Amino acid sequence: MRIEGRGRVDRGTPLRFRFDGREMEGFGGDTLASALMGAGVGVVGRSFKYHRPRGVLTDGSAEPNALVTIGDEPNIRATMQPLFHGLQAVSQNRWPSLGFDLMAVNDLAAPFLGAGFYYKTFMWPQRFWERLYEPMIRRAAGLGALSGKPPEEHYETAFAFCDLLVIGAGPAGLMAALTAAQAGAEVILCDEDAAPGGRLLAEVEDVGGVAGHLWAAGMAERLRGLGVRVMPRTTVTGAYDQGTYGALEQVVPAGVHPGGAPRECFWRIAARRAVLCTGALERPIAFRDNDRPGVMLAGALRAYVNRWGVAPGRRVAVFGNNDDAHRTARDAAAAGLKVVALVDSRPDAVNLAGDVPFMPGWQVTQAIGRGGLRAIRLAGPGGRGRMLEVDGLGVSGGWNPSVHLTSHMGARPVWDPGLAAFVPSEAAVPGMSVAGSARGRMGTAACLRDGAERGVEAAGELGLRASMPDLPEAGDDLLRLRALWAVPGKGRAWVDFQNDVTVKDVRQAASEGYGTVEHMKRYTTQGMATDQGKSSNVVALALLAQATGRDIPGTGTTTFRPPFVPVSIAAMGAGGRGKRFAPERRTTTDALSRAMGAPMIEAGLWYRSAYFPREGETTWRQACDREVRMVRQTVGVCEVSTLGKIAVSGPEAGRFLDLVYTNTMSTLAEGRVRYGLMLREDGHVMDDGTVSRLSAHDFLLTTTTAAAGQVMRHLDFVQQAYAPRMALRLVSVTEHWAQFAVAGPLARGVVDGLLDAPMGDLPFMGCRAVTVGGVGARLFRISFSGELGFEIAVPARYGESLFRALLGRAEALGGGAYGLEALNVLRIEKGFLTHAEMHGRVTAFDLGMHRMIAPGKDCIGKALASRPGLVAEDREMLVGLWVAGDRAPLAGAHLFAEGASPVSENDQGYVTSACWSPTLEQWLALGFLKNGRARQGERLRMVDHLRRLDVACNVAEAVAFDPDGGRMRG
Amino acid sequence: MRIDCPLCGARDRREFSVLGDAAMAVRPEVGADTQTWSDWLHLRDNTAGRLRELWYHEGGCAAWLVVERDTVSHAVHGVSLVGASDAD
Repeated sequence: MRIEGRGRVDRGTPLRFRFDGREMEGFGGDTLASALMGAGVGVVGRSFKYHRPRGVLTDGSAEPNALVTIGDEPNIRATMQPLFHGLQAVSQNRWPSLGFDLMAVNDLAAPFLGAGFYYKTFMWPQRFWERLYEPMIRRAAGLGALSGKPPEEHYETAFAFCDLLVIGAGPAGLMAALTAAQAGAEVILCDEDAAPGGRLLAEVEDVGGVAGHLWAAGMAERLRGLGVRVMPRTTVTGAYDQGTYGALEQVVPAGVHPGGAPRECFWRIAARRAVLCTGALERPIAFRDNDRPGVMLAGALRAYVNRWGVAPGRRVAVFGNNDDAHRTARDAAAAGLKVVALVDSRPDAVNLAGDVPFMPGWQVTQAIGRGGLRAIRLAGPGGRGRMLEVDGLGVSGGWNPSVHLTSHMGARPVWDPGLAAFVPSEAAVPGMSVAGSARGRMGTAACLRDGAERGVEAAGELGLRASMPDLPEAGDDLLRLRALWAVPGKGRAWVDFQNDVTVKDVRQAASEGYGTVEHMKRYTTQGMATDQGKSSNVVALALLAQATGRDIPGTGTTTFRPPFVPVSIAAMGAGGRGKRFAPERRTTTDALSRAMGAPMIEAGLWYRSAYFPREGETTWRQACDREVRMVRQTVGVCEVSTLGKIAVSGPEAGRFLDLVYTNTMSTLAEGRVRYGLMLREDGHVMDDGTVSRLSAHDFLLTTTTAAAGQVMRHLDFVQQAYAPRMALRLVSVTEHWAQFAVAGPLARGVVDGLLDAPMGDLPFMGCRAVTVGGVGARLFRISFSGELGFEIAVPARYGESLFRALLGRAEALGGGAYGLEALNVLRIEKGFLTHAEMHGRVTAFDLGMHRMIAPGKDCIGKALASRPGLVAEDREMLVGLWVAGDRAPLAGAHLFAEGASPVSENDQGYVTSACWSPTLEQWLALGFLKNGRARQGERLRMVDHLRRLDVACNVAEAVAFDPDGGRMRG
Repeated sequence: MRIDCPLCGARDRREFSVLGDAAMAVRPEVGADTQTWSDWLHLRDNTAGRLRELWYHEGGCAAWLVVERDTVSHAVHGVSLVGASDAD
C-alpha cells in the first residue's frame, strides 16, 4: 500500500503497468518491487524447490525472491527494475498461476525433500537419470524459463580507463571520489542504483545540514563538475588482474524497446587504483516460516517507507538483534504506520525508536499467513508467549560488509567478532583499498571520513597531492548488536530463500558428515543460487559452526567469485557474434567476382571465388572442369592475393632466411625465385612458399593463405629471440599487393601486352620489377598449375582494374577467370601441396622433400627432424592415388591392402585431397601411405565407413600430370 | 590481465598471445645431441610461482616479450623484450 505524503517518488508522474496481466499504477522513481508493494501485491513469486509463495525480501541487488520475467528476459530482479509506463511483468516458477501452483505439492512433501534428497533417491537405475529423473527435476525446480530466441535488443562491451575507480556512490564513495578528483586524478564513480547516495537514499538523515539524499545528489553534480565520470546503474561485477574491473551498465531497463541504445553495456575498466565503497548488506534471522510474504529485512522495510512511500501493510513489527533495527520502527511510526512491536532479542537493549511498544529479550518464533503475513508468534523471558496481528515484519540479524570483490582474487575475509561479520583482509586485491561500511565502519560520519582518507591515500599512491576536505556534519551511530542466527523451535526456518535451504538442512549436512563449509554448500546448495547467498552465507556458516561445535573462523569463510550480480551472456559476449566474431576479409576483386556470379568460399577469414559459372552450367563441377581445361588449353586468370606476403629486407636478410627455411636462400640470385620449406622446431612442416630476391637486400616471401599469421608470428619470434643482432626488418605486406596468377599456354601474350615494356626472356622461377600503365608492379614467373604461369602484383588499389584488363585479354584468346575449385584441381593433378597435406603431423621426409634440408647449415627444426621415428621406412608418405570406376574418392577415406579387412588395425594410410581430373579424365587423390614411395603400382582399397565408400585405387607418383614439368618451364 | 609492453605501455591481455616457458628463447648449441634438443623442446617444469613466459604483442607492436609472471597470484614482476633479455 501507498503511504500518503511519504517517499521521494514523483507523485505527479503516474505510471501504469501490468503484473501477470493485472493493470496497476505506480509513480516515477518507483522500482517494480516498490510499485507492486504500493499496489498491494504481496506474493511476487514462487520459491525454487517447494514453490512456496514469496514476497520481496530486500530493496536491492541481493534480492532472492522477487524475480520476474519481462519481455523475453527471465529472472529480472524486481528490486532493480525501474518502473516505466506500459511495463509488463510476469511471475515465474508457478503453474497454472501465482495464486494456485500445482507444484506447491512439493511443500507438503517437504519432509522427504531435504538436503541430499536427490543424491539419495535417484541413484538407480543409472540410465533413468538422463531420461527421466533429470528432466523431471528440472521441470519441477527452477527460475524463469529462457525464451529460446536470440535477444532482439543489442548489447555492447566497452573499455574505460582511469586513475581511480570508486565502486559505490554512498557517503564513503562520494568522499573518496571528491578528494581524489580535487587532487587531479581521473576518477570513475560507479553505482548500481540510478541515483547516488547508497544507503542515504533509504534514510531520514541529514548530512551537512540537508537531507542525505539531496546532499548526495549535490555531491554527484559537484563531482561531474570536477570531471569525474559518474556512472549510475553500473554494477562493478568483478575484480581481475592488474587493476582490471568488469562492470555491467544497465543502459535501458528490461522491457523498453531501446531504439538505438544498447540494453546493457559490459565495461572493462582498467584502473590504476580502486576504492571499494560497497557498503553492507543486511542479513535475516531464521525462524519458523520466516519466508512468508510480508516478512522482509528491516533496512528494506525502512527503505520502502522512506524512499518510495510504500509498506507491506498498516500494522508492522520489527524484529532485530541490533540498534539499527530500531530506526525502522522509528521511521515506520513517523510515517504513520502502526508499529505493533519493536522486538529486540537482547534483554538489555534500550529503545531508540521513541514511542513504540518495545519488547527487549523477546524473539519472533513464527510467521503466520501462507499467502501473506497475518500474525507473528513471539517467545519472551520466562517462557512467556504472545501472538500479534501484523501484516508486515522487518527483520535484522545485523549487517554484512559487502566484501565480495575483495575475494575475487583469492583472498579470504576475516571474522570481526564485534560486528559478527566478515571484513576484508588487508591488501586483498592489489591496488584496491576498502572504505566505509564495506570494511565495517558503519556510521555515516565514519563512512564520510574513511572515504576521504582512502581518497587521499589513493591520490598519494598515484603521485598526486591530496588533502583532507572539510567533512560534512553527519550522524555516527555505532552498530551495536548481539549475534542471533536462528530462533530455536519447531518447523522450517529459512536460511537461503532462493535455493530453499532451511536451518534443518544445514544441520543435517553437518550430521551426515558434510561438516566443512564447501561440502555443506554443495550438499544443501546453500549460496549457490543467482544471489550467491548474499543474505544467507554468514547465517549458514554460523549454523554450521554451531552444529559442528566450532567457532566461525575455525569453520571457514565464504568465497565470493565474480560476478557480483548475474551478468547476461549477451552483455558479456557482446560484439562477439557474426562479423565481429569472424571479420570478413575481401579481396580487391570481391565485388566484381560476385557480380560475375562467383560463389564465395571461406578461406580462413578470406572470401575467395569458388568458380565463375557460365550460361548453361548447372553444377559447380561443370564450371570447374571447364576452367581446368581452359587453363590447360588456353589461359586463365585467378586472384591469389590471399597468400601471405612478407618483405624481409636488410644486409643480413639472406642469412636470416637460411635459418628459417630448410634450404639455402642466401645464395639465391637477384631476380630469381626459389621454392622453400619451413619446419617447426619439432621437425614437422610448418609451411611452404616461394622466396623472391628482388634486390641484394630485399626478399619477398609468400606463405600459404592458411598459415600467413602463424608464419609471421614465427618469423618475428626467430628474428627477435635468435637473431636480434642481425640487420634486417620484417614487414607483412599481404594487404599491400593485389596479385593475380595468369596461367596457360597463352599466358605470355596476356601479360606481355599489358606491361609498359616487354618482359623479354624472363626465365622460369625469375622475377622482376615492371610497370603497368605507369604503375610499379612485380612480375614473377611461377606456377601453381603446372602450366606456363606468371603472377603479377600491383598495389592493392589497382587490383580490380588490373583484373579487368587481364580478363579482357584472356577472354579474347578463349580464356577467362578461374576460381579456387579449378586451382585446387590443377594443383592436385600436379601433386602440389596445401595445408590439406601439410597438416601439422607431416615431415619433410614424409613429403619426399628431406633432401631440401641443406646439410651445410643449421635451420629451425633440423636437429629434431632427424629423430629416428621421423625418418622411418614405415612412415606414411605422400603418394598419388588413381581411382578406378566412377565413384568419387573422398578426402578423409582410409587405405587398406586389397585383401585386408577395413578395420583400424589394418590401416595403411589416408586420403588428404581428391578431385575429378578433366585433364586425365580420371578420379585422382593425394594421400599418405605407409612406406608409400616403395609401393608404386600397388592396388589398394579406399574405404570411408561413414560415407559408405569402398573403391579400388592404384598407388602412383604424387605428380599425375606432366611429371617432367616441361609445360611450366617451356 | 594487463601487460606493460616496454614499447607500447600497459595493454589489455587481449592484445597478446602466449607461447609458454621462456626456455624456448635460447636454443641448444648447434650439434647438441637429439636428446638435448628433445628435452629442451618438450620438458617443462610445472611451476607454481614465478615463471618466465613468452608473450607476443600481436595486436600491438609485434614484439616478443619475456613476462615474469606468478602463476599463483597472477602478479607480473617484469616485462622485457626477448632479444634484450636473452642475448646480453
